[in-house]
Amino acid sequence: MSEVIVVTSGKGGVGKTTTSANVGTGLAAMGKKVLLIDTDIGLRNLDVVMGLENRIVYNLVDVVEGNCRIKQALIRDKRYPTLFLLPSAQTRDKSSVNPAQMVKMINHLKDQFDYIILDCPAGIEQGFQNAIAGADRALVVTTPEVSAIRDADRIIGLLEANEIHKIDLIINRIRHDMIKRGDMMSSEDVVDILSLPLIGMVPDDENVVIATNQGEPLVGSNTMAGKAYQNICYRVLGREIPFLDFEKGISFWAKVSGIFHKG
Amino acid sequence: MFKNILKRKSSREIAKDRLKILLISDRVNCSPEMMEMIKNDIAKVISKYMKIDTKSMEIQITKTSSKGRNLKNPTLYANIPILDLKQ
Repeated sequence: MSEVIVVTSGKGGVGKTTTSANVGTGLAAMGKKVLLIDTDIGLRNLDVVMGLENRIVYNLVDVVEGNCRIKQALIRDKRYPTLFLLPSAQTRDKSSVNPAQMVKMINHLKDQFDYIILDCPAGIEQGFQNAIAGADRALVVTTPEVSAIRDADRIIGLLEANEIHKIDLIINRIRHDMIKRGDMMSSEDVVDILSLPLIGMVPDDENVVIATNQGEPLVGSNTMAGKAYQNICYRVLGREIPFLDFEKGISFWAKVSGIFHKG
Repeated sequence: MFKNILKRKSSREIAKDRLKILLISDRVNCSPEMMEMIKNDIAKVISKYMKIDTKSMEIQITKTSSKGRNLKNPTLYANIPILDLKQ
């Protein structure tokens, strides 16, 4: 059964594209057939994060306008045989596509993939409406900051109003050192405020920047963020994966003292 | 001075408190100023019949269901301490 997932946040710069790239790549590495669609028309970025920017011939707008067949626009990722990208158009604007066209295209592609992941643009305008139109479920990305959480709350309301009820929360850029000294909201605080099921906690990890520099998603790698994204993928597949210590922010010393207390 | 440092809220708590209030008004599209006006009007009406503690009364718009986000039916809760029933 195929599932169409929109990755959204409201606020820009919280990690939608990074999350889309890593969740898509992770699911493909697990053997699922995945299509990543960049719906940010005019500001495309998923292609560079994926390292596929040099292979674009046709894009989303070409497909919708019928300038090419869908197959021609899909870029197959050579590193993962079951991973495909449909890039966005860079020289057009958001009104080039409407929600009805998106639904039609997604319905056409749906039975060929296990997962279709839509990378949503920031904001709540037409680009957002396009991205959520064909989605079955949503991953809402936020950071533990007042502005990102406020926007996430607004987005959640809009998703629900659009009959998307399967919504999970990803908290990105968590800094445990700041939480520990009382200067950042913990994941419990964010979950408490947004009342959404938590599907992932991603630590603020400089390896994300390095991976983006190289155009290689870090999911599954031996980094904190890589492991966190790997766990998100398992949870998307429906597996119950406990949140790891580094996700919860239990420090090494707390664990050591825990062992002694047990003894 | 040391007492003050101990008492001071962490920025995490400040953020959480601010967000909670902000989201209530965001969700129902009702500004904090309007909430204040509603509160004052309620106090005025109730005061006709009994003596109430207007300073510590609270009103709040919350969701009806504690599980999940049932925002379709927000409810206005008023917590009005009564000082004297007879007036």
